[in-house]
Amino acid sequence: MLPAQAPSVYTGAANVIAVLILLAEFGMFRQALLRDQVRLYAGQSVLIAVLAVLVAAVRHLPELYVLAAVTVALKAVAIPLVLRRLLRGTAPGHPLDVSHDIAGSGGLGLASTVLIGIAVAAFGFFSATVLPVSGGGAPVTALSVSLSVVLVAFVLMIHRRDVASQAIGLFSLENGISLAALVVAASLPLILEVALLFDLLLAVVVFGLLIRLHHGRAETLSTTDLTDLRG
Amino acid sequence: MNAVVIVLLVLPLAAGVAAIWLPSGAAGAVTAATGVASFGLVLALIPAVSHRDTGVLGFVRVDALSVVFLLATSFLYACVAVYSIGYLRTAGRHGHGDQRYARHFWAGLNVFAWSMLMAPAMSNLALLWIAIEVTTIISALLVALEGTDGAAEAAWKYVLLASAGLAIALLGTIFLYYAGSHVLGQTYNLAFGPLLGAAAKLPHTVVRLAFVLAVLGYGTKVGLFPVHTWLPDAHSEAPTPVSALLSGSLLAVSFYAILRFYQIAAAALGSGFPRDVLLVFGVASLLLAALYLLDQQDYKRLLAYSSVEHMGILAIGVSFGAPVALAGVLLHVLAHAAAKGNAFMGAGVLVRKFGTKQMLSVTGGLDLLPWSGPLFLAAILALSAMPPFGIFRSEFEIVTGGLAASHDTAAVILVVLVTVAFLGLSVAANRMLLTPRPEPDAVRGEPSVWMVVPVVAGLVALVVLGLHPPGELVGLLDRAVTALRGPA
Repeated sequence: MLPAQAPSVYTGAANVIAVLILLAEFGMFRQALLRDQVRLYAGQSVLIAVLAVLVAAVRHLPELYVLAAVTVALKAVAIPLVLRRLLRGTAPGHPLDVSHDIAGSGGLGLASTVLIGIAVAAFGFFSATVLPVSGGGAPVTALSVSLSVVLVAFVLMIHRRDVASQAIGLFSLENGISLAALVVAASLPLILEVALLFDLLLAVVVFGLLIRLHHGRAETLSTTDLTDLRG
Repeated sequence: MNAVVIVLLVLPLAAGVAAIWLPSGAAGAVTAATGVASFGLVLALIPAVSHRDTGVLGFVRVDALSVVFLLATSFLYACVAVYSIGYLRTAGRHGHGDQRYARHFWAGLNVFAWSMLMAPAMSNLALLWIAIEVTTIISALLVALEGTDGAAEAAWKYVLLASAGLAIALLGTIFLYYAGSHVLGQTYNLAFGPLLGAAAKLPHTVVRLAFVLAVLGYGTKVGLFPVHTWLPDAHSEAPTPVSALLSGSLLAVSFYAILRFYQIAAAALGSGFPRDVLLVFGVASLLLAALYLLDQQDYKRLLAYSSVEHMGILAIGVSFGAPVALAGVLLHVLAHAAAKGNAFMGAGVLVRKFGTKQMLSVTGGLDLLPWSGPLFLAAILALSAMPPFGIFRSEFEIVTGGLAASHDTAAVILVVLVTVAFLGLSVAANRMLLTPRPEPDAVRGEPSVWMVVPVVAGLVALVVLGLHPPGELVGLLDRAVTALRGPA
């Protein structure tokens, strides 16, 4: 496990960024407007890119600079743009725009949800410590935090009963996985990483189309009426 | 043989792109021709892979195991493509026989088939993940195609659950990459061959974690309990030709991904742990599906739960581990594709004839449909593992393998639950097909001959698989079993 000495600047910085990404995930619990939700996702993605630059500089992996640039271009610029365009005005009489209020869609009160979020985050954090992941100066804490991000994203998707938050919860779940990948698989070939990102973009377009379809038919973003199919 | 692989992986995509511009009739003809050609190309691959694996450009790698899944997918692609010509022609009065719907349908069908042919041909686990993610998002659009409330709901649940599941599988893939980097160096491309070669030296805890995450993640797409919940919705609300592809091919292709992780995990950890994991998921899925089959109102949902049942059987078969059980599993993949394809295509005829998916509104199917009625009955019997159909042989092999490997309890559970499932399926089929029609003036006849021919082809395949599988196929399955069992 960790050597009994003060962490290096690199480890410390990586862990701080990881914790900021986790905080952004918690921030999504309280965002009331779709626009702010998308912005927070973009900000979280920028943090991923910053971490990629940091890893690139310290571990001498120049490919990660490219990955950071592609991450910013796709996750912080293209995906928010695509989402806003696709969500602009669908059903007449029920205009859907990016200032759509999605705060009331939570299944539980905010405080209870945050408590559950903290509980699963702690679970993710401590469960990662049993993994024999060490060596190579890998910031082990960042890996633990990435598992917390993944689990908290699941809580967000379960808690929010509207299609937009569920989609953004899924995309931020992917951010948590990107964080884990930067810690344990930083040297994954660039071509695969970029393919994964374009795949994500494709998924975002399809999610956007399906959100439009849902909003067009139900005239709401809420999923509480999606109960026809059961059994 | 490389040219064959390249054509196989380019042709369906080209057909999908062409279908965007072509009028509906031409797009249908192109799709049918492409489907049949793809099946022919895969058949041509069989002799090649029985000697050595075929690789192209580093990112494509086709071995015997891949070809088994390519065979299932391309066969169903060919059948469904021909069937869809009739399906769209008879769509007129349901209001979606228009050009726009047809264009989306044909383009989506081809691209969907393309993505499912890509997945088993990928040489590395990251590309495999990407291909399976592409199958998800294309098929989600196809599920939503009908544009009804039910279709919108099913598509949303499907894309969200399947993507979340695949995210878990991606996490598993990344942990496996990390495990491999201890042996293969910091930079390698997750290629399957080298990873399997180095498996014995991989750190156990990480591989164990990666395997469980992969089973849970890809298992979401396979339809394993408890992450199967999208499956009945998507299968019942999608256009019926798409349901056939979802059930017969997509689930199997996702299972292929689990098999690849199984190979690595078994080589790294010994087969005990991965088999236990698959046994738990398999028995739970089979139990759930068998019970749900007893009480369904919607016959497309009935067939969907039957898919969960058969995927559970596949998982149990792999967990038995004996060679005869593994051969049974691979034969089961092929036979299930043909049988479930036939059943859904028959269900599509019933939808066209009776205009409803509710079982209670369908009576006298055998009288009113001179061809499709008996064919649907045969498909249901085949799904229930009656001889002389292929599923009888494959399940027989799986149970034999279970007894041979002294998994007596699991083998008995398997037989009991399959019998419960048979009860559910046969009661439903009996009600729909054999109950006399109350009003005697209903018109007897088939909606379209295009919707009968591919089902006959599927029936022939089922009988051939059941009575006497051709020697080349047996050789292919043997080679795939050898690969699955590993060097030990």
